[in-house]
Amino acid sequence: MVPLSMYLLVAAGMFCIGVYGVLARRNAVAILMSVELMLSAVNINLIGFWRYGAPLQIAGQVFSAFVFVIAAAEASVGLAIIISIYRNRRSVTVEDVNLLKG
Amino acid sequence: MLELNVQTIAFLIFAILSLGGALGVVTSRNLIHGALYLIVSLFGGAGFFVLLSAPFIAVVQVLVYIGAIAILIIFAVMLTRSMTGMRELFNRQWWLSAIVGILLFLLLAIAVILPVWGANGSKPNLPVADQVATTQDLGVALVDGNQYVLPFEVASLLLTGAMIGAIVIARDTED
Repeated sequence: MVPLSMYLLVAAGMFCIGVYGVLARRNAVAILMSVELMLSAVNINLIGFWRYGAPLQIAGQVFSAFVFVIAAAEASVGLAIIISIYRNRRSVTVEDVNLLKG
Repeated sequence: MLELNVQTIAFLIFAILSLGGALGVVTSRNLIHGALYLIVSLFGGAGFFVLLSAPFIAVVQVLVYIGAIAILIIFAVMLTRSMTGMRELFNRQWWLSAIVGILLFLLLAIAVILPVWGANGSKPNLPVADQVATTQDLGVALVDGNQYVLPFEVASLLLTGAMIGAIVIARDTED
């Protein structure tokens, strides 16, 4: 089988690309997509460690299923907030959302 | 380092899909294209789950991530018409963000490859067992009173709360 470190490297690459997207993009929807990338990379790590470390226990797959739940909740609430902001400010650029700035 | 067989070739294809799709997500100017790249990347992740003998997680990845979340993002892009009128793709600190991302990747890669934080030689690079827990075990564990039934119910409550919250936030309050 492919060694575990290869899976971890690919997941680390995906996670860091997601970090760059979150920090650098201006569009709120693009930031949300980058967060989804990071969550997916974490899932690859979880399943990888489960398969190579403790494949006879089910905990790794259960944790990964909960990550899916969190991702779905985060996407629905995040997109609802973005749509609400767009309705009020006519923009989804995060720099335009500065109502709380002192 | 990697011997060439079907599994390795499949791994390389899925790695190219997921990393290339991820790069497409953060660099595409049109957000619809970005969402399609996100689908490609998540499909690569589902392929990894098949290779790691977790078929149920792979199916859930396709159903939930690609079927629900990516389509939800495409709907949000169309509702906000945000791909037009966006002249600058990145903010002013994009170079700082790139440095942070590259440094984080180097840190993680060193931690994975070299035994700097404790010996990782004891951790085998091959699976400890050829047998794996099956989807049936996962289903039993999620409803077994001694295992994960409480987190399962909490997750259901969280999803319900998120759904109601999303409806309340996005509702048009003018009528």
